[in-house]
Amino acid sequence: MSELETLTVDVNGFATRVWRKGSGPKLGFLAGFGGLPRWVPFLDELAKSRTVIVPSLPGFPGGDRGHSVLDTHLDWLLAVRDLLARAELDGADMAGSSVGASLVAEMAALWPASVRRLALIAPFGLFDEADPPTDPWAQRGDAVPGLMCADPEIWKALKAVPEGANSIEWPIEQTRANEAAARIFWPLGNTRLEKRLKLIQAPTLLIWGEKDGVIPRSYAERFAKDISGKSDTKMITGAGHLAELDKPGEVAAAIIDWTN
Amino acid sequence: MKLMWFHLMPYTELPDDFRDKNPSVWVDIHSSLFDPKRAHLMYNDFMDELEYAAQCGFDAICVNEHHSNGYGLMPSPNLIASSLARRTTDTAICVMGNSLALYNPPTRVAEEFAMIDCISGGRLIAGFPVGSPMDTCYAYGQNPSILRDRYHEAHDLVVKAWTESDTFAFNGRFNQQRYVNIWPRPIQHPHPPIWVPGGGSVETWQWCAEMDYVYCYLSYYGYKVGRATMDGFWNEMSRLGKDRNPYRAGFLQFVGVGESRQHAMDLYGESAEYFYGKCLHIDPRFAAPPGYTTEATQRMGLESQVSKAASYADKFNKLAREMDAIVDNGYVIIGSPDEVAEQLREVATNLNVGHLMLLLQFGNMSKDLTRYNTKLFADQVMPKLKDHFPGWEDRWWPQPMATGQRAEVPAFMPKLAAE
Repeated sequence: MSELETLTVDVNGFATRVWRKGSGPKLGFLAGFGGLPRWVPFLDELAKSRTVIVPSLPGFPGGDRGHSVLDTHLDWLLAVRDLLARAELDGADMAGSSVGASLVAEMAALWPASVRRLALIAPFGLFDEADPPTDPWAQRGDAVPGLMCADPEIWKALKAVPEGANSIEWPIEQTRANEAAARIFWPLGNTRLEKRLKLIQAPTLLIWGEKDGVIPRSYAERFAKDISGKSDTKMITGAGHLAELDKPGEVAAAIIDWTN
Repeated sequence: MKLMWFHLMPYTELPDDFRDKNPSVWVDIHSSLFDPKRAHLMYNDFMDELEYAAQCGFDAICVNEHHSNGYGLMPSPNLIASSLARRTTDTAICVMGNSLALYNPPTRVAEEFAMIDCISGGRLIAGFPVGSPMDTCYAYGQNPSILRDRYHEAHDLVVKAWTESDTFAFNGRFNQQRYVNIWPRPIQHPHPPIWVPGGGSVETWQWCAEMDYVYCYLSYYGYKVGRATMDGFWNEMSRLGKDRNPYRAGFLQFVGVGESRQHAMDLYGESAEYFYGKCLHIDPRFAAPPGYTTEATQRMGLESQVSKAASYADKFNKLAREMDAIVDNGYVIIGSPDEVAEQLREVATNLNVGHLMLLLQFGNMSKDLTRYNTKLFADQVMPKLKDHFPGWEDRWWPQPMATGQRAEVPAFMPKLAAE
């Protein structure tokens, strides 16, 4: 397994971080709510058998203030399309979590040739009045860790200020990640992705944390029903919304298995 | 200095156990607590009070905008202001204000403010707040990441709609209109004075300086807490080379006047405790949508006024809700007319604020007590403050039509039942 490389690509004039590690066929990953302020064990699991490539989404950690020029949904989709091409992920297998999963699904719907096989972990993008997602932006600060992960300590460790980091800029960057997610998904998380799911031809694995407190499990069925490509759903016991953080080994194994 | 009478229009009959049984006075306050027939009486009392304040000689009467809010019953302050325009003659009418990003298209604000300016003969002060997170992002579903850009664009559109004489096309980032040409146009030239209520954001101070607008700090926490913000504002003004004209600024202060300090404590304790106990019972989960507070302001270590309120409520849970602490902390200024005048002179001087906005009705204060407070203030406090800040010109005050040119508004004469 090769060492972790940190590359920078330009998206709309913003320097955007791309992580790359491992060997073997490429596998892209777009992070979920809150982004990835630091490398996580889940990515090491993927890198054991694949070249894992992790571009930062605009406004998320590593994505500078790239969100600030994206005013419409089309702006977002074109920025992500550009980002994936610059990260050399055109035509690769793609995985995504939460907000990132929603954008991976969009790429597969609109540019079918740009992805091979898909793995989506609890994507944003739909809204069912009878079973609404939890509002992640109307939470007391102390409720967020337990909302994102089944084990709140995992989220806290992800977001803790590392030794030597700028103690002012670090929290601003974490708030910016929540803002960027809000910019595309406020207020309901509904981007009308439902209308585009039928365009997805790629074989798609849906992964859901059994304890996901953000996106109801019923949404897995809605995705599975509307996606045109073949699909399968895997529940991860003991995992919350960001299942890849709670159960890195299991989630990575499911993705590797699906995309091999 | 200018003494302005401000009404929040709080619902006055929240139950005693409101705090214990409800998570928030704002956003998701339950509709079962609202009785429209009681609200009929409240609205009419409140409008009587505003008209009474005008009669008593206050320089302006002020209204503001809130949504889904148990202490602010004015989703549309313009409705109240248009009625006040007909029932008052010389008092300035301060709409503090319209949250520009909530109007689609924002030319609606240009139109309605122009209407009020025309009806009132040019007495309007046009307030343009960004709006609180609860009002804008939660109750009205606006995107916190885009709110401020929308606000600024809407401002540009409104000002252009007021000042451009020909029909024009507006090709904005968020608003596109092929034909902008509002009818009516405002009386005041080039447009009504623009005042900007804000929290403590650096960018707002800089923008007010650049545009030459009045900056207003509408704090519920009084002069002691407000001092830091106003110091920040004036420091920024001097950094930008602006003079210290006190009329660049406005400040909100709760006041209760009685015969003595103890008398005032007895008179206003219940209303103050109602306001700070029930009306500021805000769920912190609605206080800080990401993106609402700019990164520059986060860096300055400032929080928005509202998140301060929420965290304050958390931190000093009991203290701030009891009258002794409310007064000690400076939230409410109370005392005899002389004591109140002395304190307000000090506040105006220390904060260097020429536009003092007074909340003389707060919480569940009755109409009788509100009238008493208003009258006593007007008769015995106001004369002692009027001449404060001699030598400074208020360039931000409305310029109405001459009295002789204005329409005669017939007095309202309801038929008495006995007739």
